[in-house]
Amino acid sequence: MIRRKLEENFFRVLMLLSIIIVSGSFFLIVGTIFYKGVPFMNWDMITKIPGGGFYIGKEGGVLNAIIGSLYIAGGATVLGLFISSPVAIYINMYLGSRNIIANSLRIAFDVLFGIPSIVYGAFGFLIMVYFGIKASLLGGILAVTLLVIPILVRTLDEVIITVPKELRDASLALGATRWEMSKVVLRQIRPGIFTAILLSFGRAIGDVASVLFTAGFSDNIPTSLHQPAATLPLAIFFQLGSPVEEVQGRAYASALILTIVVLIITVLSSLLAKRFSKNKIQ
Amino acid sequence: MTNNPHISVQHLNVSIGNHEILKDISINIPDKKVISIIGPSGCGKTTLLKSFNRLLDDTPDVKVTGKVVVDGEDIYDPKAEVTHIRKKMGLLSQRPYPLPMSIYDNVAYGPRLHGSPKKAELDQLVELQLKATGLWNEVKDRLHAPASRLSIGQQQRLCLARGLAVEPEIILGDESTSALDPVSTSIIEDLFIHLKQKYTIVLVTHILRQARRVSDYIIFVYMGKIIEFGPTEELLLNPQKELTKEYVKGFIS
Repeated sequence: MIRRKLEENFFRVLMLLSIIIVSGSFFLIVGTIFYKGVPFMNWDMITKIPGGGFYIGKEGGVLNAIIGSLYIAGGATVLGLFISSPVAIYINMYLGSRNIIANSLRIAFDVLFGIPSIVYGAFGFLIMVYFGIKASLLGGILAVTLLVIPILVRTLDEVIITVPKELRDASLALGATRWEMSKVVLRQIRPGIFTAILLSFGRAIGDVASVLFTAGFSDNIPTSLHQPAATLPLAIFFQLGSPVEEVQGRAYASALILTIVVLIITVLSSLLAKRFSKNKIQ
Repeated sequence: MTNNPHISVQHLNVSIGNHEILKDISINIPDKKVISIIGPSGCGKTTLLKSFNRLLDDTPDVKVTGKVVVDGEDIYDPKAEVTHIRKKMGLLSQRPYPLPMSIYDNVAYGPRLHGSPKKAELDQLVELQLKATGLWNEVKDRLHAPASRLSIGQQQRLCLARGLAVEPEIILGDESTSALDPVSTSIIEDLFIHLKQKYTIVLVTHILRQARRVSDYIIFVYMGKIIEFGPTEELLLNPQKELTKEYVKGFIS
């Protein structure tokens, strides 16, 4: 009896310890960003593009990077969703659960999932060179799309797998074609689609390596797909490397902005997920 | 048994992987009657039911040989249109699975698949089918509420209404009352008895009392084979085969 009680307590303490470490580091990170970033936060940071001498501590803001990041992450997520949802639908609704092609594809996407983003950046760069595209918003979107496709495919795949077979049968039994059945399944997984979008967007907006060569950097807000675009992670990187204290501080303010953008997207997508789950069958 | 079978199964064999589920099944299902398929778990009764509307197609490694003729058309003919076959059969599964949409849209789903009915026609049809399944008075004020908010018994009746809305000829029930409470069960059973005026009804059940209450004929399946087929009372009270005797013994005593 005593041994069982000891075991119970031992593992419970272990779990609590892990929770403390995880939440502790979370608050430490967010706290540091706030502590170092807030003094350098002002309206200019989010409403202005870098002025002359911004990188030696003079006036301006990082609006160029905010907009650039939103363009790239948004563009890549939308484009990625168009490419990956047909894949997820096909391997689940058309190929069946034990199909060898479906399972090979799953493994392939798992591998792609694990590939470091610099590889996507390098690959995207090669493609751009081949087609004669310069570092631009378009190049950035394409490279980041490659990065998020495996995330989207695998997340959607996992969500679709949770749909009861009986629900699919129910629609088939009414004489639905496979595509019509797929539409029912998509309705059922709508909340899950928002999770996929959130994961993809979060990864896309935070990634440096894939946009390093492909999107370039610019102090201006891009007005066409062919102009280079700044991104927040790169802006943080450049500013952090400066010897000027003012500029370093702004790096933390930029990190704060990036964190808040991600926070807003997270809250927004979970609200949308809730809104769209009212018809979901339990 | 009858000179006008609705479904005629001829030498049907079904195997999944190396496992033979159904072996040389031949049977004529009479028109506008309730037929129960009984037998122990794993004997192949659900597989037999699903072979009638080709829902087996979706099972991995499944192999089907033989014929299932519905209205003179072999549904396993490669040229047969599978959506057309399924439209003829309403399926009521073990647990109700309403579609993830409103009550109204659930019933309207089938008609919308097979045509583009006008709003007024749909309204009428939805009301008709919800009345046919006794659900109308319970839901008429919240037709556009999510179907998932209904009780499980109401959901099963909604699924039946949804199936009837595509104007099938046959209703297939796969242990359709096994998740329901006794009151909902008896509502569904009464519906079956009532609906046989217009439809041929094939039910899989493991409850012999239910088979006796609702069906005109019983098929006893054991280890993938049809052991006995006959009128309900005869089969239950005076079985011809040893295996059937064994199986229904518990029922009689």
